[in-house]
Amino acid sequence: MKPIASLEVLQPGVLTTLQDLGRYGFSQFGVPPSGAVDQFSLRVGNLLVNNKEEEACLEITLMGLKLKVLREVVIAITGGDLSPTLNGEALDMWKTHLLIEGDILEFKTVRRGCRAYLAIFGGFDVPKIMGSKSTYLSGKFGGYEGRPLRCGDILYTFDLPIPLNRLGLRFPEEDIPSFNKEVILNVILGPQDDHFTEKGIKTFSSSPYRVTPQSDRMGLRLEGPQIERRSDVEESIISEGMMPGSIQVPGDGKPILILTELVTGGYTKIATVISTDLPKVAQLKPGDWIWFHPVSIERAHQLLRQQEEKIKNFIKRAIN
Amino acid sequence: MAHYPEIIFRLMGDRGLLLEFGDEISLKVNQKVRRMNLALKREKIEGLIETVPTYRSLLIIYHPLLISLEDLKRKIKEIETGLEEIELPQPNLTRIPVVYGGPYGPDLEEVAKHCGLTPEEVIRLHCSVTYHIYMIGFMPGFPYMGELPDALVTPRLKTPRLSIPSGSVGIAQKQTGIYPLESPGGWRVIGRTPLKMFDQNKEPPSLLQMGDLVQFYPISEKEFIEWEIDES
Repeated sequence: MKPIASLEVLQPGVLTTLQDLGRYGFSQFGVPPSGAVDQFSLRVGNLLVNNKEEEACLEITLMGLKLKVLREVVIAITGGDLSPTLNGEALDMWKTHLLIEGDILEFKTVRRGCRAYLAIFGGFDVPKIMGSKSTYLSGKFGGYEGRPLRCGDILYTFDLPIPLNRLGLRFPEEDIPSFNKEVILNVILGPQDDHFTEKGIKTFSSSPYRVTPQSDRMGLRLEGPQIERRSDVEESIISEGMMPGSIQVPGDGKPILILTELVTGGYTKIATVISTDLPKVAQLKPGDWIWFHPVSIERAHQLLRQQEEKIKNFIKRAIN
Repeated sequence: MAHYPEIIFRLMGDRGLLLEFGDEISLKVNQKVRRMNLALKREKIEGLIETVPTYRSLLIIYHPLLISLEDLKRKIKEIETGLEEIELPQPNLTRIPVVYGGPYGPDLEEVAKHCGLTPEEVIRLHCSVTYHIYMIGFMPGFPYMGELPDALVTPRLKTPRLSIPSGSVGIAQKQTGIYPLESPGGWRVIGRTPLKMFDQNKEPPSLLQMGDLVQFYPISEKEFIEWEIDES
């Protein structure tokens, strides 16, 4: 397999990085997972173009990315709707397309959500660092030279026979998540819910929280009613592990929803967003609203089984 | 402040299980964390994605459709019964050169004043102890080490710095640590090491490991500069 120049970056947009499902097995060295924030969309994108579901994709944030196609490629765009166009014409998302040399792919405005994923058949040719192609922005490694894409970057993919039977394939409409500006996020309380008063927990689970502009791939800072803490416990805890979806409440009582670039922390965590709701989190922008809704772990695992069932059914259909 | 007679399980969402071994910073609790981590890695359990060992707890990230929470807890309980017999590897001792004070350690004077010592005494005391590495966290390769001699205990800065150079050696309360990458931070910076603490292309990528030992020793500015040239 030899890599061939496939895409040229004409405009990098707000933030475009290479991400896969994340870098695991290195937390003991302080290395956070990184990886796509909306893993459902990334997995579906890869399946549409006949990749393994964990292959790296472009994670495109908000707007401004413009790419020139340098040779025949098979792609799919999933995730948030950033109005993708091909040579100026609207391009269907959640569908497999063949693009040819000279085509211009552009993401101009945000219609829904915050992050789109571009999967390309054969995968991007970048070195795996600690087993992953994900970009770790603050660590400056992984992905494309450890940084966001810039003007003039050339992306290489592997030269394989085009999977013609995949062209035109669509992910079922009814299984496409709707990314709204106001979301209910299912959470499991803990691990430090006992550091808050009953009133504090009630505030947390019955008030709207707004996403502030101080939000990035590390986490979303939220604005809303202060969550009351028990007076007989300390504000910070002995540093411990955390994961995407952890909701920290620092001393000021304003929650921070942790995403993919942190591995340990010393703030109390009131709850964790369940894994099937993380794609919704990935698609929130500053100004959007969140309501937190506590659920049981049994309910969370049931929702996970339902999600995996959708993906399995799609794989079955795609092969036939 | 205690170490628990048995592990306390706490949920971190639908894919995370937090094992708490105590609510204190102590060698005893920290070794339990390491023993459990070692045993889980040896078992190669299907569906176990990641472990995050820290001061007094171990976070396990698992795939609930590959291993159920009940089965995972049962495995952990089994390991717990023989936990004390699990042998930990002999700790490595790493000696770390540090240029103290001046532009390399902008808080040295302040720490000396706070502790009622001279800067020379602070350096001597910081180098007088062998430190245990309780965990690597916060950023790649950052070691949390203790215990600092009582005479050096100093609180964090009230306002964290926006940027601390890589290699900076800091202290906070009873801990000392090293910033492997340039970053914001609130620890009091007393010196800087020319050693590269983290290299993503090395195996293992972190110079220091949880459970290992560290001693600091002073070097001159001239030695520091020569060392940096050699390292690059």
